[in-house]
Amino acid sequence: MRIRTVMAFTGALTLSLVSGCAQGGAAGSGAGSVTYWLWDANQLPAYQACAKGFEKENPGLDVKITQLGWADYWTKLTASFIAGTEPDVFTDHIQKFGQFADLNVLEPLDDLGIDDSAYQTGLGANWIGRDGHRYGAPKDWDTVALFYDKKLTEAAGLTADQLNSLSWNPRDGGTFEKAIARLTVDRNGNRGDEPGFDKHHVKVYGLATGGAGDSDGQTTWSPFTASAGWNYTDKVRWGDTYAYDSKTFQSVIDWYFGLAEKGYLAPYTDYTDGANPANAQVASGRAAAAFDGAWMISTYYGTKGLDVGTAVTPTGPSGKRATMMNGLADSVTKNARNKGGAKKWVTYLASNACQKTVGGYGIVFPATPDGTAAAVAAYRKKGIDVSAFTEPVTDKRHARTFSFPVTDYAADVYALMRPAMQDVFANGAPVSGLTKTNDQINFILGQ
Amino acid sequence: MTIASSSPPSRLPVGGAEGTRTTPRTRRAKAREGGGDGRLAAVFLAPALLGFLVFLLWPTLRGVYLSFTRFNLLTPAEWVGLDNYDRMVHDPIFWDSLRVTVVYVVINIGVQTVSALAIAVLLQRLTQSAVLRGIVLTPYLMSNVVAGIVWLWVLDTQLGIGNEIIAGLGLDRIPFLNDETWAIPTIALINVWRHVGYTALLLFAGLQAIPNDMYEAARVDGAGEWRMFWRITLPLLRPVLAVVLIMTVIGSFQVFDTVAVTTNGGPANATNVLQFYIYGSAFGRFQFGYASAMSVALLVVLSAITVLQYRITRAGRTDLG
Repeated sequence: MRIRTVMAFTGALTLSLVSGCAQGGAAGSGAGSVTYWLWDANQLPAYQACAKGFEKENPGLDVKITQLGWADYWTKLTASFIAGTEPDVFTDHIQKFGQFADLNVLEPLDDLGIDDSAYQTGLGANWIGRDGHRYGAPKDWDTVALFYDKKLTEAAGLTADQLNSLSWNPRDGGTFEKAIARLTVDRNGNRGDEPGFDKHHVKVYGLATGGAGDSDGQTTWSPFTASAGWNYTDKVRWGDTYAYDSKTFQSVIDWYFGLAEKGYLAPYTDYTDGANPANAQVASGRAAAAFDGAWMISTYYGTKGLDVGTAVTPTGPSGKRATMMNGLADSVTKNARNKGGAKKWVTYLASNACQKTVGGYGIVFPATPDGTAAAVAAYRKKGIDVSAFTEPVTDKRHARTFSFPVTDYAADVYALMRPAMQDVFANGAPVSGLTKTNDQINFILGQ
Repeated sequence: MTIASSSPPSRLPVGGAEGTRTTPRTRRAKAREGGGDGRLAAVFLAPALLGFLVFLLWPTLRGVYLSFTRFNLLTPAEWVGLDNYDRMVHDPIFWDSLRVTVVYVVINIGVQTVSALAIAVLLQRLTQSAVLRGIVLTPYLMSNVVAGIVWLWVLDTQLGIGNEIIAGLGLDRIPFLNDETWAIPTIALINVWRHVGYTALLLFAGLQAIPNDMYEAARVDGAGEWRMFWRITLPLLRPVLAVVLIMTVIGSFQVFDTVAVTTNGGPANATNVLQFYIYGSAFGRFQFGYASAMSVALLVVLSAITVLQYRITRAGRTDLG
């Protein structure tokens, strides 16, 4: 009797667990709903507003938005692909695109009729896979500029105009190196360009460190390597070989990390992803300026007690300034439960109507020119001048924009380049060692 | 009186006197009862057995199988024979991560065991305060990730309060987690901080089993605390200490979360412990076959170390009584 009771209880428990699991797997995927994931909490209200517009136009369809922090986002997305619980639509990053294409988890979007010319240059073409199919609808873009603490630049005697017209070269660093030397102050009050400067005891660095830059150097070395005329790969998209072995690249890296040895750039030891990123170094007064992306505008301008200015990246030996222009997209998953609804939602997200709505929130630059204009106006309303971010996109004569490298085996490239670049910056390893890493990368790409 | 028995002598209960032998009838009854107990035991064991089969045995067997395949989780596994093991043997990053892990384990276990032993002995010899024991255990109540983040903030080179104090003393700031020399010892000590209380309590429980009269007898013979520690405490604690060592060494080899939240394996792979490398290969690069091969290697290493430790320390035997 007792055994029967125990067995019945165990059976009931097992059944409840099994049914509980089944319920968990099917949650939030009703026939009329579209699940959508994004990582930026600042953008959530804008996309909630878009969802309302979409639901009004498409009665019977509702959008369930999930926001997850950047790091959790990719881990959870990966796990969801494995478990078969992936969202119908998700915000995609070009750095991950190659890997998702390799894994064959994206739904082709050729039938959406996306017109590349309706978006800022290059944003649409980046989402065409090696197989010629489209896997993402352009969503927004960002560029990199120099954020600076106005109080410190004024104390150093540097004007906004001077900071906006800096140039550099790998021989003597040009006016850019002079400016950050001027902004650097040691514990005795000597500036970096003054006699008696103690580079071992720096109180305020001219330039904050953003780490070693991994394989892309988006907010660290890429404005310099690109303005020296260097490209990551042999082709604009889906290149077959990387060029980290190039003399140009290695000489720029040598000069850039050499700024830390001179005491002008905060050393690698001062950088911590979680605790002390570049903006925290500026906010704490430990650095006078930092290269950072447009997605950080609200963070810098929202820092209490910090009077911020922005300047375009310096002009390089190629005669142009350069910045990475990274565009995000919305992608539909191959196993989306509501593929029809998902495609409708992506079409709406890529529309001028939605992008103008998002632009109106002044938190990101949408991909359509009208969306971008709405964002610029919204920033202006908040008293923020974003021309340092928009000029490189519009002024093609003086500026060059470039994308993240889009290739196969992107995760392997990252895994190999990350420690290699850290070795150069943190341990002072010779830049020539990057040639060996480049050979390893090209070997993988050649498989 | 003749006792009827059809059982051969070898099946008699060991050491059983004639009077304890059972008749066929009582044996059957006992067998019925035994069978009932067996079924009940099986029912109670079933959930644990199910857990063992589903969460341990099956993943282990599947992991061993996957180590012979090329597998990205989303497409079918492709049999590649010993390719992953061949790659592992020739992979300098694997060997470097194994070296880093061993350095971590040596520092972590060395400092932790000595500190825990000292705390346990002090707790036993000086105080019986449950409050103090509770305080010693406090860091263990914090999750590894939270402990890692807290120490990341405390030790940050520019902004951490730890480095502010160091700078305030007129000393140079120390890049605890950003320098290849400092990073592994720092992570090892963070985990010592978190686990030492728990380890001390395990050892403290072992110390409670040592009879007090031994210390009294030694004291009568004129032995001091130091001598008693070496001649009584340590030898009699050996089986408990051995088991604690085996458990902590296995746990130490599996370090992952503290590395993930403090250094991410950097700088330049200086903290790329084996578990972190396995994780990166699997969930970063989708090389689940290769990651499985490295996991099998870790399993073999840990098994060998455990057997060796068990033999050397004679963990199964006690010197008491």
